[in-house]
Amino acid sequence: MAKNRNVIDALPRPVVTLLSSLVAILLALGICGLLLLVTGKDPIAAYRTILETGLTGNKLLEMLKRSTPLMLSASAVAIGFKMNLFNIGVEGQYLFAALIAAEFASRISAPPVLHVLLTLMVASAAGAFWASIAAMLKVTRGINEVISTIMLNFISLSVMQWLFDNYMRDDSDGGLRVTTTEIAPSGQVPDIVDGRLNGVWLVALFVVFCYWLIVFRSKFGFRLRSSGLNSSAAQTSGIAANRMIVVAMLLSGAIAGLVAMQSVVGEEYAYGPQATPTGFGFAGIAVALLGRNHPVGIVAAAMLFGFLDSTSAVLQLSGIPNSIVKVIQAVVVLTVVIVNEATARYMNRRTAEQTAAALRADKVGA
Amino acid sequence: MKLSRRARLLVLFAVPIALMSIVRLWSGEDGLTSSDTIGASLRLSVPILLAGLAGLWAERCGVLNIGIEGMMIFGTWFGGWGAWQFGPWLGLAFAVLGGMLGGLIHAIATVRFNVDQIISGVVLNLLAFFGVRYMSDLAFVGQPGGGVSQSPPQTSAIPRFDVPFISGGDLFGWKSPNVLLSLEDSGWFFIGDLAGILYGLTNNLSWGTVIGVAAVPATFWILWRTRLGLRLRSSGESPTAAETLGVNVIRLRYVGLLVSGGLAGYAGGILAIVASSYYRQGQTAGRGYIGLATMIFGNWRPIGVLGGASLFGYTEGVKLVANDAISTLFLFVALAAVLLAVMAVVNRTTTRGIVAVFVSVIAAYAYLAIEDVPQSLTQSLPYLATLIVLATASQRLRPPAMAGVPYRRGESH
Repeated sequence: MAKNRNVIDALPRPVVTLLSSLVAILLALGICGLLLLVTGKDPIAAYRTILETGLTGNKLLEMLKRSTPLMLSASAVAIGFKMNLFNIGVEGQYLFAALIAAEFASRISAPPVLHVLLTLMVASAAGAFWASIAAMLKVTRGINEVISTIMLNFISLSVMQWLFDNYMRDDSDGGLRVTTTEIAPSGQVPDIVDGRLNGVWLVALFVVFCYWLIVFRSKFGFRLRSSGLNSSAAQTSGIAANRMIVVAMLLSGAIAGLVAMQSVVGEEYAYGPQATPTGFGFAGIAVALLGRNHPVGIVAAAMLFGFLDSTSAVLQLSGIPNSIVKVIQAVVVLTVVIVNEATARYMNRRTAEQTAAALRADKVGA
Repeated sequence: MKLSRRARLLVLFAVPIALMSIVRLWSGEDGLTSSDTIGASLRLSVPILLAGLAGLWAERCGVLNIGIEGMMIFGTWFGGWGAWQFGPWLGLAFAVLGGMLGGLIHAIATVRFNVDQIISGVVLNLLAFFGVRYMSDLAFVGQPGGGVSQSPPQTSAIPRFDVPFISGGDLFGWKSPNVLLSLEDSGWFFIGDLAGILYGLTNNLSWGTVIGVAAVPATFWILWRTRLGLRLRSSGESPTAAETLGVNVIRLRYVGLLVSGGLAGYAGGILAIVASSYYRQGQTAGRGYIGLATMIFGNWRPIGVLGGASLFGYTEGVKLVANDAISTLFLFVALAAVLLAVMAVVNRTTTRGIVAVFVSVIAAYAYLAIEDVPQSLTQSLPYLATLIVLATASQRLRPPAMAGVPYRRGESH
């Protein structure tokens, strides 16, 4: 055991991080395997089916497609995390933005590219607007953003239902269509691979890149991260905490606004309570945690989730309930946060021990 | 105006009922205080109440619990499954155990491994939502009436009863008179309303509901009148001090979270067994979060939670039974605000008086201007109310001091 520790002790920090994530995923697969076994299913067969179907060309494209909203949602959550803000409200923000953007896009007419750009901008603005309520409540009244965004998620749903039922529903078809009016072709984003992968995927990748640029490479990002790590130290060095909260929350909401855009401008060309996918706000939290708020990690985690999701239809056909895929995802996140915590504690102790050893050596030398 | 404690309580109960009565006679909406409405309100309040108490137990021992919804989901599933297999009472027991499973997961993650308490709660909600889907796939698919999103219907229910003497209940086979119902039917000012409310609370009661309401005094007694309760609350207020005095903070947080999970599970069980007769996906419908809101609303105290849950349950009940009467609630608010303004004048508190007059004018305008309140907007009332309370009365709220702060034995300085 002591020998093993020495091996790990010598590893550089990023390798330990990567290793711990792998351990967490294996642990989760083990737990879910056990669950499958207990419930009378063959875990080996299930995992083999997942791998065999997932690694075919079409399924890999589906994986990319499914990763789009996850990358966006995870980036939105991660920006908050970096500032020590927990935006649970991505769910409400993106759905609200989807409705507003879809309605906006169906009402304007503009040349092809501009139409899409305007729609995306409106979506971002709507998401940021909804997030700004939580930001304002936090800055002016000191309300914890966790509570306020949870409440705002529900308020968002009822406001949307009211807007949709009374003002935005398409009633041209005798009330048969339960969506907003369809967006004109100029506002539709074409597929990269026909029927398999939509152009919005590139937008998502670009947003993750921007996330990296803003948070890890800009002066603003430095301030954001230092406020997140130690808000009082940051404030002492002249960073206005309240301003950072508002800006971070607005950015988070702006990215969140884009989450459903693949569906709105790439697939359905409208918003609809049934047509627009829900649940990505919470899935995004999971992906951000799995990817440890790092852009590369977010992309990888979104791909992993997309990969698992893409296999679920085939899994059902081979006699294994496809809901196991979602269970695996949830368990992965649970084990990842637990292992992360254990790793962080280990790294702290290691740093302390190594520093102490270095100091001792220094003294002996002197 | 100085009133004794008892007189104040009496006023606190009597005045709103009198106002309700005035509103009822004015508008002719009997639905406001009818026993049907109150009965429905009670049924809708209990799951919220228990969810709120679940939050209270967790936060009092020092752990935030965003995962109430997930624990409730476990409760609905295990309750629905247990009741279908073994009858309603064992079903409720399974619901509690299912909720405790959720509490245990949350405890292992947050207390044992110090995972961020909010993250753990969010993940628990996801896990519960998808976990029960998997289990439904195995247990319910292919059964008559069952499927991936619902269980087969239960064949028996928790017995219901009327309270004897006042609500016409049976007493050893003798049918006692139904005093309250005849009083309610009279429609007299105040007495009719009071009778309606009491009759709603005492007729066709399920034992499951009674046990749920009993959790309020039980929680109060355990947390504020026993040694265990004092220690448990001290782990939420000042774990280091508690540890110094020999309290096992870690163990108490496990206890608190298991109780929390059990209460949330029971809340779920009520939904699957008492309020309906089968498990259905999405049965909790965000009530775990309303429970969380209720806990804040009730200032982390059992009586406060009861008040919040009654309020939210009542608005739901009015919506369900007498939707047309919703707009008359504005009239009630307007009258209540006028009363508060008068009291402010008597007490010479100017700001409060101005606010009350302002609220009264707005509510009166709303009552006159709004024909019917859109159903979609009334749904968000509990959430909106919580935000308003947090924004206006946060100085008066007193959450447990160290709720949300991870605690490791021996790492305090």
